[in-house]
Amino acid sequence: MCLAVPGKLVRREDGSDPLMGTVNFGGILKNVCLDWIPDVRVGEYVIVHVGFAISKVNESEALQTLQLFKDMQSGSHVSGKSEAVQRKTT
Amino acid sequence: MKHVDVYRSEAPAWTLLREIKSLTTRPWTIMEICGGQTHAIVKSGLEDLLPKSISLVHGPGCPVCVTPVETLDKAMAIAALPGIIFTSFGDMLRVPGSSLDLLTVKSRGADVRFVYSPLDAVHVAQANPDREVVFFGVGFETTAPANAMAVVEARRLNLHNFSMLSSHVLVLPAIEAILGSPDNRVQGFLAAGHVCTIMGYEAYEPLAHKYRVPMIVTGFEPVDILQGIMMAVRQLETGRSDVENQYARAVRREGNRRAQKVMNDVFEVCDKAWRGLGMIPKSGLRLRHEVRSFDAEYRFGVERTEVRESPLCFAGDVLRGMKKPTECPSFGGECIPEHPLGAPMVSSEGSCAAYFRYRRIVPRGAA
Ligand code: SF4
Repeated sequence: MCLAVPGKLVRREDGSDPLMGTVNFGGILKNVCLDWIPDVRVGEYVIVHVGFAISKVNESEALQTLQLFKDMQSGSHVSGKSEAVQRKTT
Repeated sequence: MKHVDVYRSEAPAWTLLREIKSLTTRPWTIMEICGGQTHAIVKSGLEDLLPKSISLVHGPGCPVCVTPVETLDKAMAIAALPGIIFTSFGDMLRVPGSSLDLLTVKSRGADVRFVYSPLDAVHVAQANPDREVVFFGVGFETTAPANAMAVVEARRLNLHNFSMLSSHVLVLPAIEAILGSPDNRVQGFLAAGHVCTIMGYEAYEPLAHKYRVPMIVTGFEPVDILQGIMMAVRQLETGRSDVENQYARAVRREGNRRAQKVMNDVFEVCDKAWRGLGMIPKSGLRLRHEVRSFDAEYRFGVERTEVRESPLCFAGDVLRGMKKPTECPSFGGECIPEHPLGAPMVSSEGSCAAYFRYRRIVPRGAA
């Protein structure tokens, strides 16, 4: 029910009310409401739930997590002291 | 996009599992609140891969499972009225009410339609000006703003034939009810990533400190969940109870303010009964007085009927994490997805259905 899936924005219908666009989910195109992330650009990834884009995928955050996994794998990561994750601590 | 695929891949999962093993020195009980995460955990068999000392408890985070029988009975009564087109997310169609489900009502001649988005329901109303179109508005904070947009749109289009049967539930009061209960055994929480995408996670901070429970905003892929567990264990082992954001690629601390505004313009907080859990104060949303003309309960004064729940169903215990679905005597016998006794066996995010689909444990009493 709360399923939300990432897809790539391929078209914005500027001027539409509410703001709509087309999102590509691995080849399947869907019409999606963009009203809550109006500054999204074509080519960016968005997370879509019941026809609404609820968030942009933040690529630098995603890449940082990838780096963390790499560090853990190569052993340069020390248990409990990972910087990338500590940084997100509130 | 490489960073989407990586959360589904195996290598980081094994790395995280090793990390969790090396961190864990004591038994810990962690609850994932969201049914989407329960589904991912059971499907990928994470419980069997984690160290034995980590117990995962599945929470009540499936809006389909907690919609009260009374509301389902109302939905069916409205759907059966002449001239109605009743629209709903597909997950709701097979949830048993007191005696029927929406699909049965449809097979008896009611016009029940499945929609993908709440805006689709508005378009049905636009296309059928001589019919009354009712949308079954269920969901957590993830879905509530989208449902609210349907009301905003209907008002903008000046549609007088659209209304909503609202049964929205809020996650945070449910978490507090679980943590505050005297038999609580949950020591760490995975907060539902998509609810937080909308709501942010500021509101979790006082709860984490009050109950001394780490809360990790967590995504939905197996790797996300493992990383969430790892972060929770690391806090537990070092005596911390903070809010951390594992799902930072989607969730910002303040959430999505525009979606929150739409939700607050249309809905207000109310006390709410959860199926299987009972009344939780201030845990639901209802349509505001200003948009009362879009409230299906107000428009179609349906009578309260006597509510019946299957006496064989353990859903309350399952939803509170007190029992595993497999401990229910009806699991896999009287209760299977084709004829469910309770809602958790219907929705793919209900724990009972997840266990039935992915954990082929021979049910009790089966030959
Ligand atoms: S297995 Fe069926 S009867 Fe048992 S708790 Fe789950 S839904 Fe209810």
